[in-house]
Amino acid sequence: MKLLDSLRFRLATLFRRSQMNAELEEELRSHIEHRADDLQRSGLPRPEAERRARLEFGGHVRFKEACNDALGSNFIETLIQDVRFGLRMLRKSPGFTAVAVGTLALGIGANALVFSVLNALILRPLNVPQPQSLYAIERRASFLDPSQSYPDYLDLRDRNRSFDSLAAFTITEAGLDTGQNATPSWAEEVSGNYFDTLGIQPYLGGFFHGSDEHGPNSAPYLVLAYAYWHVHFQDDPNVVGRTVGVNKHPFTILGVAPLGFHGTLLFGSPDFFVPMVNQEQVEGSNFLNARGNRWVFMVMGHLKPGVTPAQAIADLNSIGAYFGKNYPKDDGQITFTLARPSLYGDYLGRPIRAFVTALMLLAGLILLAACANLGTLFAARAADRAREIALRLALGSSRLRILRQLFTEALLLSLMGGAVGLWGSVMLLGWLRAWQPVPRYPMNLPLDPDVHVYVVALLLALVSGFLFGAVPVRQILRTDPYQIVKSGSIVAVGRRITVRDFLLAVQIAICAVLVTSSMVAVRGLARSLHSNFGFEPRNAMLVDTDLNMSGYSGDAVPAMQKRMIDSLETIPGVTSVGLIDWPPLHEAWNSTNVFTDATADLRASNAAAEVVVYSISPEYFRAAGTTLLTGRSISWTDHKNSPRVAVVNREFARRLFGSTTNAMANYYKRQDGTRIQVVGITEDGKYTNLTEDPHPAMFLSILQFPTSEMHMVVRSNVDSQHLSAAIKSKLRGLDSGLPFYLETWSEKLNSALFASRVATVSLGVLGVMGAMLSITGIFGMTAYSVSKRKRELGIRIALGAQRKEVLQAALGRAFKLLAFGSAAGLVLGILASRVLASIVYQATPRDPLVLAGVVLAMALLGLLATWIPAQRALSVDPSILMREE
Amino acid sequence: MTDQAQLLPGTLDLLILRAVSLGPLHGYGVLLRIGQISGNALLIEQGALYPGLFRLVRQGLLKASWGTSENNRRAKFYELTAAGRKRLREETESWNRLATAIGAALAEQPEEV
Repeated sequence: MKLLDSLRFRLATLFRRSQMNAELEEELRSHIEHRADDLQRSGLPRPEAERRARLEFGGHVRFKEACNDALGSNFIETLIQDVRFGLRMLRKSPGFTAVAVGTLALGIGANALVFSVLNALILRPLNVPQPQSLYAIERRASFLDPSQSYPDYLDLRDRNRSFDSLAAFTITEAGLDTGQNATPSWAEEVSGNYFDTLGIQPYLGGFFHGSDEHGPNSAPYLVLAYAYWHVHFQDDPNVVGRTVGVNKHPFTILGVAPLGFHGTLLFGSPDFFVPMVNQEQVEGSNFLNARGNRWVFMVMGHLKPGVTPAQAIADLNSIGAYFGKNYPKDDGQITFTLARPSLYGDYLGRPIRAFVTALMLLAGLILLAACANLGTLFAARAADRAREIALRLALGSSRLRILRQLFTEALLLSLMGGAVGLWGSVMLLGWLRAWQPVPRYPMNLPLDPDVHVYVVALLLALVSGFLFGAVPVRQILRTDPYQIVKSGSIVAVGRRITVRDFLLAVQIAICAVLVTSSMVAVRGLARSLHSNFGFEPRNAMLVDTDLNMSGYSGDAVPAMQKRMIDSLETIPGVTSVGLIDWPPLHEAWNSTNVFTDATADLRASNAAAEVVVYSISPEYFRAAGTTLLTGRSISWTDHKNSPRVAVVNREFARRLFGSTTNAMANYYKRQDGTRIQVVGITEDGKYTNLTEDPHPAMFLSILQFPTSEMHMVVRSNVDSQHLSAAIKSKLRGLDSGLPFYLETWSEKLNSALFASRVATVSLGVLGVMGAMLSITGIFGMTAYSVSKRKRELGIRIALGAQRKEVLQAALGRAFKLLAFGSAAGLVLGILASRVLASIVYQATPRDPLVLAGVVLAMALLGLLATWIPAQRALSVDPSILMREE
Repeated sequence: MTDQAQLLPGTLDLLILRAVSLGPLHGYGVLLRIGQISGNALLIEQGALYPGLFRLVRQGLLKASWGTSENNRRAKFYELTAAGRKRLREETESWNRLATAIGAALAEQPEEV
């Protein structure tokens, strides 16, 4: 309150200032006239009396200043003066201002960006009523796992005494037919009590409830997400009560969920919600009674008031003991723990928290380094201005006033930098939000900056302003105006290695590490884009669908697949059409153990290899561009009544049979004892990720190992837009209710390259930041030493030193640090690239281009940073210097 | 003029309070009154008076109002507030104690110690 009052008083005096000044003026005039009256009475003529009175009174501006001070109302006026003066000083040195604002913008921007992510993912509570008491239940297995089986969920729900109620959900893809064409959509299968447990109110219509569930497929109801309703139903309020098809089964729309509710996963974005008891209709099969199948994504609920998490865990563990006693085969002894549901419990939450916290620390370090560098720059500037400061001190300005002025300048810089940085990070956040790294799986990251982000950015700007503004304080407090005005010299420079030098060398080394690794990553990425995957993604389109979505099952599946292949092959320009369950480098794959033909005991430990397994149509290899080395491909005659055959890759042949020639026409076994004959061998490829070592793979016939989940590979010489239109019309002609998803194979691969791309981009960003920091650091140090040693340099020049010698004297130290730091950084960078090689395919530092690039980059950086100080050192004119001092 | 004494720091406020305690005065009047009660023994810069007056008003020890002077000129008159009167009493006592002590110390003869 006191502070507020004082502020109000100060503001009031500020606005009354002109009035008060006029009053003071009048009072002083009255004083002089009274004095003149007295003098006149003592015999002086009036004009002479007035002159004498004014003289006696003395410098009346000085007293006015003192009166203003006595009013104690100077704060804001001084501030305005300081800001004006600071802006003038900054405008006079645009280079310094640009470097300082740029560095701060990077530092504060990086912090604001990372903090926004931290805020969105970790700090901000979930957008549901009473998020503090909402917990997910995790099983403590070999790792923490939030998934449960449905019977376990029911037991947890009915036997616990700690939760108000427990809800469950899982995520799946289903074909939603709203009267036009069915589209693959993302659904959340939820327990009947889901909305009631979370306390969500419908935006429109109503929700389903626990009382609607009466066994499997008893609740064909559907709730739309707001965004889906907005886009696909154009906000039509009459959707309530309408019947739509989910995988061809009729479901009634009950209502629309509120805007901003995307389920309880932060990054999720479901299109609609359906009751879990209807799993069979939505997924094609049901596991409602399978206690060993943990397909329920998460179970969660609000703790009862007064129940602590520890009490709830104890309660749950007693249910775990019950499971252990009654279902030893499926469950065993289970213990539980509680976690926040928003990041899929601790399963994803823990690594995400660790990653974001590490990023935050890194960003903080960057800002700290930036402040240290700016501090040096600032000290150099203060040294340059030693004369101005000394003059002001000599003229009676207080040291406090000068420090205040310098801090105002520092804060001006940091606020400008903060504003630019915040603006940049808000732009970046916008992009990040709109960015869909995997277009197939829409994500919805709530990254909007809120008031917390702005406050943090402001605080960071203020703190960093004070931090680097504080560096020259000691220098100024020690300034002796008489000495400086007399001689112009400042304390001699020390020659020993200072902490500042060491820090700078470390910074340069870190910068070199980042530059090295980003170059390694970029080269690796460029190379991996042109490497051989074992298939040719160019000129191929993928049709992704699941025949189960439109009600096909059993023998109807392969028959429909054959019809689809035949139909697409008639499109003009299409050269071949193949079918595979999941293409190589897909996010999911099947793998299985295989055994040599001689193995009798088919235990997992006796397996010859774990191989990736695919089901394909005969034309797949031609369509995918995979080379068949020997033998034949699968054919349509390999049907379910003929002997089982497979095409394997070279690595498979090498592992199981020693060589490709041994493998041909030979047999091996699957876990279930099926003997399979090798009829062909293909080249090796990339199956699970780009950085894997050669991996064995086998390709089986879709007739012998059917799959409803399928991708058709359509190779053609037409452009993808015409092709996709043609594919759409052909498939609609076959079955208008079949939902599918179309993309080029290259687009699909983008998600496989996602990790390497992210690594490359973030290394690049960090590399640029490191380079910026090193530049300001070296610039600050050399500028400081040049301005401190101007006199010495002048004397050297006067004594006949050559340019080279002057430069050596001025910059030698900086270059030594640069060389030392870069060398250390290069070595460390090469070592670090080994780690990088596991993320970015073919990242190797043993690449002359990379080595040359790093050396060149660091040399350029040094040149850039020392250019201005070098010019300044060379332009020292001994005659001017001598005259000045 | 030459035998006028420099003011000790901090004593100007006390002198102003004392001068005004005898009745409301304008700025020039305060100066004259100090000269009169101190027997013209103290040197006060004319302008230096005003920061002092402002300070005392700000502290609530004086209050100011515009009026007409004996010379028929407009002038700002100062008078003591209750707080000012109290402060004057305290400052006077403390000054007297100090003066007595210093006077006694200086009057002390070495052999009496």
